Amino acid sequence: MNVRTRSIVAATAAGAMLLLGLSGCAGASSANSGEPLVGLIIKTQDNPFYVKMTDGAKTEAASLGFNLQVASGDGQSDVDSQIKAIENFTAQGAKAILITPAGDGIVPAIKKAQQAGIVVFAMDSPLGEGSGVDGTFATDNKLAGELVGEWAKAALGSTPARIATLDLSTDQIPVDVARNQGFLEGFGIDLADPTKMWDENDPRLIGHEVTDANEAGGRTGMEKLLQKDPTINLVYTINEPTAAGAYQAVVAAGLQGAITIVSVDGGCPGVTNVKQGIIAATSMQFPLEMSKQALQAVKAYLADGTKPQNSEGLDFTNTGVTLITDKPQQGVDSEDTTFGLDKCWG
Amino acid sequence: MARSATDAREDERASIPAPKSPRGLVEIDGGARLTPIQWIERRMLSRPLIGPIAVLVFALIVFSIVSPNFGTLQNFSLILQQVQVIAMLGIAQTLIILTAGIDLSVAAVMLLAQVVMGKLAVAMGLPPELALVLGILVGVACGAINGLIVTKLNIPPFIATLGTLSIFYALNIFLSGGESVPYADVPGLFTWLGTGFQVLGTTFTFGQVLTILMFLVFAYILRSTAWGTHIYAVGDNLEAARLSGIRVNRVLMSVYIVAGLIIGVTAWLLIGRIGSISPTAGASYNLASITAVVIGGTSLFGGRGRIMGTLLGAVIVGVFSSGLSLAGFDNLWQEFTIGILIIGAVAVDQRLRKIGR
Repeated sequence: MNVRTRSIVAATAAGAMLLLGLSGCAGASSANSGEPLVGLIIKTQDNPFYVKMTDGAKTEAASLGFNLQVASGDGQSDVDSQIKAIENFTAQGAKAILITPAGDGIVPAIKKAQQAGIVVFAMDSPLGEGSGVDGTFATDNKLAGELVGEWAKAALGSTPARIATLDLSTDQIPVDVARNQGFLEGFGIDLADPTKMWDENDPRLIGHEVTDANEAGGRTGMEKLLQKDPTINLVYTINEPTAAGAYQAVVAAGLQGAITIVSVDGGCPGVTNVKQGIIAATSMQFPLEMSKQALQAVKAYLADGTKPQNSEGLDFTNTGVTLITDKPQQGVDSEDTTFGLDKCWG
Repeated sequence: MARSATDAREDERASIPAPKSPRGLVEIDGGARLTPIQWIERRMLSRPLIGPIAVLVFALIVFSIVSPNFGTLQNFSLILQQVQVIAMLGIAQTLIILTAGIDLSVAAVMLLAQVVMGKLAVAMGLPPELALVLGILVGVACGAINGLIVTKLNIPPFIATLGTLSIFYALNIFLSGGESVPYADVPGLFTWLGTGFQVLGTTFTFGQVLTILMFLVFAYILRSTAWGTHIYAVGDNLEAARLSGIRVNRVLMSVYIVAGLIIGVTAWLLIGRIGSISPTAGASYNLASITAVVIGGTSLFGGRGRIMGTLLGAVIVGVFSSGLSLAGFDNLWQEFTIGILIIGAVAVDQRLRKIGR
């Protein structure tokens, strides 16, 4: 009885605190309710990319006079939580929704929101044709891969290439495929099917491993690849945390200096690693630009119904990608790490 | 409706001969024809490590034949480095599973502990030694919270740690902003366990040595101390343990706190392994640690298992992962194989439990 009473008291106290906390939040967000409501739905909060995107959106929304509210999904591919967020923003009477889609599964929910008169822009991950979004602001991930591929080709020069790739997952998800295939194309390798990774037949390709795009996966993946073939001299990595892990494996094998690691992303720890020579070159993307340009597009649309124009040859507005390296190569445009540390996110 | 009625009738009919031999299945199994299997089962019951050792030896032989790069000392050292973090989490997990509990939050606690270490040492400039100790204490505190929820609020461990998994992971992301601390900023003390020494031309790390030592220490504790005996007793039959005078809640509480301590130390091990302090690296190790425990032959129902089995379980996963990769199989098939191993291990456990009664 005693224990039970105590647990009831504890639970009640916790519940009361939770309610107080929630009502505090609600109070804060309803303060500027006179302005048009714009909902921002990100994929997850455990990636500084989206945190930076959110920060940028808040600043821009304040200067454009929007009431910005932010919701987050439960993971990189959790569509369900994003659908709920779309429904909630619709119910709240949002004028516009900006979303970083976790998958194609949210398209029906987007259509419903549009029928309710809401303009919907996608960010970061294009949903592809037929999705019916009113505009998309994203990094050209294929181009991001191509830039590091071209750079690596020039940097290796006449040395015969022994290439390995550290990819995200076995699921062939769009960003994974675009970066990997872009890199190989930039390096001058025949892609076979450009919508599929790992179907190439080039003898310069030694192997690939999947990494979950984090340090632990990068290290283990690189160890396996080196065990398979220690003559690898060029490694493409899906992102910079993966590259940082791969570098640890390279050091452990005593091969630093013999292996060039390239990556994609442009996070500040990644650019720091470029400066340190851990990563040779990385393609930087610009999450701040995505939310900024998307909010400006919302402003334009609400004023006179204009929708954003896609970049030439793409089904989205390219928010830019810049190669960051301290070893510039002839014929490949790049910026150094001073520029990189100034512009990096996270 | 009609169908299920028929089924029921068929069941009745099927059970008609039952009165003659109500334990028909057991008797069939007990027949002379199956004696060798029964003999193996008896052996496995008294020596629970036989199963995992057999699987490991089999895998080592097959992969050594299939891929020439597999059977080297260097690769064995690598495999141990690859699984050391999961294995260490597995020690904590084993202690809890032996009490018939489960901890879904081990990896989240580890990430939180190492992010706190990084925050204190890198962002706030505390001496690394102090930051390390405080980080490990975060692990202890998280373990204590899990223990309190289980013992004081009487919430089943599965639910309790499902909740704290979310809580600890959210705190980890809040503190880190989702961002890694790059290698250049991490104090040398934090990455020390990733450094090592050369024996026979092979690199071994201090992290590996620590992992092995921890296993030996906890194997001794579980086998030869009263606390170890109480853990088995509580897991085997909580009521019986209570009636025989064991202060059950105190044992449970101590297990969660010690598990938190082990996880705090594992946070240090993780930093050594990956070289940076990452809020996401190893987030999937919650289930991986349970996998290691289960493949190692410890019963998910508590009270039966060996800590060394967990080391074997982790190594088996590493051996299959490395071996299949070197043999040219896609990563997909590594997952697939691990799944089969888990089900196989639990099937064996179920069988042994039946015999053990």
